[in-house]
Amino acid sequence: MNLQLKIWRQQNAGSKGKMVDYSISGVESDMSFLEMLDVLNESLINKGEEPIAFDHDCREGICGSCSLMINGEPHGPDRLITACQLHMRKFKDGDTIVIEPFRAKAFPVIKDLIIDRTAFDRIHQAGGYISVNTSGNTVDANAIPIDKHKADEAMDAATCIGCGACVAACKNASAMLFTSAKVAQFALLPQGRVEATERVQNMVRQMDLEGFGNCTNTGACEVECPKGISLENIARMNREYLMATSKG
Amino acid sequence: MSALIKSSIARKVVMALSGLFLVLFLLLHLSINLSSVISPETFNQWSHFMGYNPLVQYLMQPILIAGVVVHFVMGIVLELQNNRARAVKYAQFKGSANASWVSRNMIITGLVVLAFLGLHFYDFWIHEMAYKYVEVNPQDPTRYYAETVEKFEPIWRTVIYVVSFALLSMHLWHGFASSFQSMGLNNKYTPNIKKFTKIYALIVPLGFVFIALYHHLNPLTH
Amino acid sequence: MNVLDSKIPTGPLAEKWTKHKNEIDLVNPANKRNINVIIVGTGLAGASSAATLAELGYNVKTFCYQDSPRRAHSIAAQGGINASKNYQGDGDSDYRLFYDTIKGGDYRSREANVYRLAEVSGNIIDQCVAQGVPFAREYGGLLDNRSFGGVLVSRTFYAKGQTGQQLLLGAYGAMNRQIQRGKIKSYTRHEMLDLVLIDGKARGIIARDLVSGEIERHAAHAVVLATGGYGNVFYLSTMAMGCNVTAAWRAHRRGAFFANPCFTQIHPTCIPVSGDHQSKLTLMSESLRNDGRIWVPKRLEDAQNIREGKLKPTELKEEDRDYFLERRYPAFGNLVPRDVASRAAKERCDAGFGVNKTGEAVYLDFASAIERYGKEKALTSGIKNSDKNTITRLGEEIVAAKYGNLFQMYEKIVDENPYKTPMMIYPAVHYTMGGLWVDYNLQTTIPGCYSAGEANFSDHGANRLGASALMQGLADGYFVLPYTIGDYLSDDIQTGPISTDSPEFEAVENGINERIDRLMSGSGKHPVDYYHKKLGKIMWNKCGMSRNAEDLKSAIAEITALRKDFWENVKIPGSKEGMNTELEKAGRVADFLELGELFAKDALQRNESCGGHFREEYQTPEGEALRDDENYKYVAAWEYKGEPKNAVLHKEELIYENIEVKTRSYK
Repeated sequence: MNLQLKIWRQQNAGSKGKMVDYSISGVESDMSFLEMLDVLNESLINKGEEPIAFDHDCREGICGSCSLMINGEPHGPDRLITACQLHMRKFKDGDTIVIEPFRAKAFPVIKDLIIDRTAFDRIHQAGGYISVNTSGNTVDANAIPIDKHKADEAMDAATCIGCGACVAACKNASAMLFTSAKVAQFALLPQGRVEATERVQNMVRQMDLEGFGNCTNTGACEVECPKGISLENIARMNREYLMATSKG
Repeated sequence: MSALIKSSIARKVVMALSGLFLVLFLLLHLSINLSSVISPETFNQWSHFMGYNPLVQYLMQPILIAGVVVHFVMGIVLELQNNRARAVKYAQFKGSANASWVSRNMIITGLVVLAFLGLHFYDFWIHEMAYKYVEVNPQDPTRYYAETVEKFEPIWRTVIYVVSFALLSMHLWHGFASSFQSMGLNNKYTPNIKKFTKIYALIVPLGFVFIALYHHLNPLTH
Repeated sequence: MNVLDSKIPTGPLAEKWTKHKNEIDLVNPANKRNINVIIVGTGLAGASSAATLAELGYNVKTFCYQDSPRRAHSIAAQGGINASKNYQGDGDSDYRLFYDTIKGGDYRSREANVYRLAEVSGNIIDQCVAQGVPFAREYGGLLDNRSFGGVLVSRTFYAKGQTGQQLLLGAYGAMNRQIQRGKIKSYTRHEMLDLVLIDGKARGIIARDLVSGEIERHAAHAVVLATGGYGNVFYLSTMAMGCNVTAAWRAHRRGAFFANPCFTQIHPTCIPVSGDHQSKLTLMSESLRNDGRIWVPKRLEDAQNIREGKLKPTELKEEDRDYFLERRYPAFGNLVPRDVASRAAKERCDAGFGVNKTGEAVYLDFASAIERYGKEKALTSGIKNSDKNTITRLGEEIVAAKYGNLFQMYEKIVDENPYKTPMMIYPAVHYTMGGLWVDYNLQTTIPGCYSAGEANFSDHGANRLGASALMQGLADGYFVLPYTIGDYLSDDIQTGPISTDSPEFEAVENGINERIDRLMSGSGKHPVDYYHKKLGKIMWNKCGMSRNAEDLKSAIAEITALRKDFWENVKIPGSKEGMNTELEKAGRVADFLELGELFAKDALQRNESCGGHFREEYQTPEGEALRDDENYKYVAAWEYKGEPKNAVLHKEELIYENIEVKTRSYK
């Protein structure tokens, strides 16, 4: 099939970017979206132009590198997948596809479609862990039984891949779903309860410092999350935060 | 405390609590107004009570005004912050793919309702304040019904009324249930809260619209 | 005397590690504050060792090419992590895990290392649970286990189909805690381009900031390479696009021996290649072989009709199907080790029984598992005389709970519903057992240069068992390297900070700048991927699932020619300043082009079949691998001498004192 592409090009963080039009032919329906971009890049290189820079690594939907806004939706029109798992059979001959980077003040563009998501790392650094040293003599793994439903719920929250689609989809560029997923995972496990108060306060403080917007409960993040992380995590984080704050 | 109010979550809770307070007030307001359709006497009695009871006037009225002010000031502050959080906008953003129009446009519905409140204050509250405290007129427990019905005589005001309440309905449609999520309540009751929200968001504004239309269609006979 | 000293402690096998820990030198906490360690790679091995070393008090710098340590490719491991906890009471023990791993590796790994791995495996699970890793649990609240290939017990712990992700996030969390404390400085979007030696010791690295393009010098008292495997030498593999051999290869060029490069794991259950545009392959976890049955049609004409779309697999009667693994290996059936399963699938496809358009796929069928689970569920739910539809529905629910995310992934890629029609799978490059040669302390042949995880060669011999990679990465990072490195660093407490202004740093940096300039000045005929794909084709066709001397020789010649062509004609647009993704790829492919040759050379010298290395000349009449313990029971460690073809082979004889070396049989 033949496609028209409108792609954001920006040389570096300091320069001004713009949308550039490309056309591409010979796209096959069983190509992945990124393979379609590979084909385009190959033709650009052969013409002596710089290829389009985009983040990608595992190409199987788990590393969270993909950060493409495709036709106005993070990771494109399909649900519960990342852009690398999106296949061209979702498009048809003659379509125009608009490709932009995930946009947020806290995610500045580095080049073309590549953005800086270290804000997520800093939120995580503020408390997204349980403070245990490596010793080899912690208690036996089966010493504390954990309710299967709680463990499963914690696992569902923990599947976040940190791609930033939640921020990209949110009209306010809020990072609440990302932050809450980590807070909720640990809030649900007995091991994580010990530091629950400090964790939620520190992570929320860092999240606010990074310049993300505020949550207005539109639910866009949940719909666009490639791992289907639930809004319930945000409610849980709000609850944890209020409890932590009332404790002082 | 200042740290608390600076956090995004605390601000959301303030929005939720003030919003829920206004939701409750709306119900009270509607019940009093409905009495104007059923019995002008009851309406006058209620209105007079609300206008002259010291508890209502000096405690509840300031709280209500504070609630409105907090809700809209905070709403605007948050909106400005949210705008700043995405400095460069998307060339294409398909918000409708993942969220409802009402949830994405609370600022529009909210500002329209706010503008309406301006008119409403001008029509009733400023008039009352002038009547009672500036002109220092004597108490007249029978004047309210006629004053109210008179307001709905011009078609433009009735239309503004109807449109504003349609937008209020949209505002409630998202805001009511959303406030529970903001306060951390998302559990097995959530589907019911959402259902109740929809009923409330339809019935209450419809009630106000009905009253406005009723009085417009049944003007006072001079 | 052999130049290779594996430093295996003396004494009984089960006491070696404890004895060694008691005897090695330690660094006191105050002195640790004056010692810097560089860790390259932030996957399971890198992140866990970074966190642990920082906890101990060392100053750590970590480097990764990704934008966050959390994206290292350990994250993609699906199935699970082994540990000899014996929670299922099925007779598991450290010895049994040790035995299975040595046997699975076809008797080409070190006894002492593997025993230590088994010994600390339980600690890993304890540590991860303490970190909040949400492993799957049973209704009683205790941890659940499943089975993996090549073993007869259930010892695999898992977190849905995302075990690697959860373990990596645990280690990343531990690392973040130390970043917050200021004990780790994390350099993301940085790629190590060379190792700097001062007085024969590893004292730092040269790295490129992938955003600014700047070449940076970083000094330390020791350097740890935890940079993963080199499977991308095949171009198509289940590795991430960025996985590369550069750090390890640069160390090799500086004096670290490269061990067993030809030991590569071809994983049996991957989604088949769909076309020339294919950029990478997707794994379907081995855990699927717990419930899926592998088959091809019995008759050639049925296979032909299926390939042409005239026949559906579901229409083929039970007696017309060949469940070839169950037929050939009745004891282990579908759960034979990966090398065995892969070769068996290739054998059937080569014989014309392949089931997709290209004839390079076999079926992985869940129909009988769905029926079995459905019946069981119907009984436990008290539904009597349930009809077929109910059973199928209930069975599908159970299968979805177990493998839902894998099935979803398959459906997105292939556009077929694997609940209704069998999955198509084919082997693909997945893991490299070979890597930098390390001694018992995980030190390479360069003093002060360590290697952990998949980047080293140590524990898996000629074939790795499922769910053992995660175990090894974390064992190295949490429990081995942080202790053993202290033995080396205890000599450095007086050294003080290492300066980056030395002539040694200067010289290495100049070398890197020249190399980049040379890459940028190629004549500009072909993009980097053109060469990478060509290299991949040579490797897959001639150094892949089965190899022979003639092909290997021609592979060596072809790779040498391709390398020459690459350096003359590669085309890299843009400049070396700022971000240039093509330049990044070019540097990696340049190193693959050298490694590929050594790989073939190693395969050529190993005149036997063992594990993932199958030489067509050495097989039994039934087509099973024929090992030669008399002549090849050694680790082949290669020393760099200018060109891969000049590499010198050093042999580390493998000594088996606690295990009887015998022919591996899964029949």
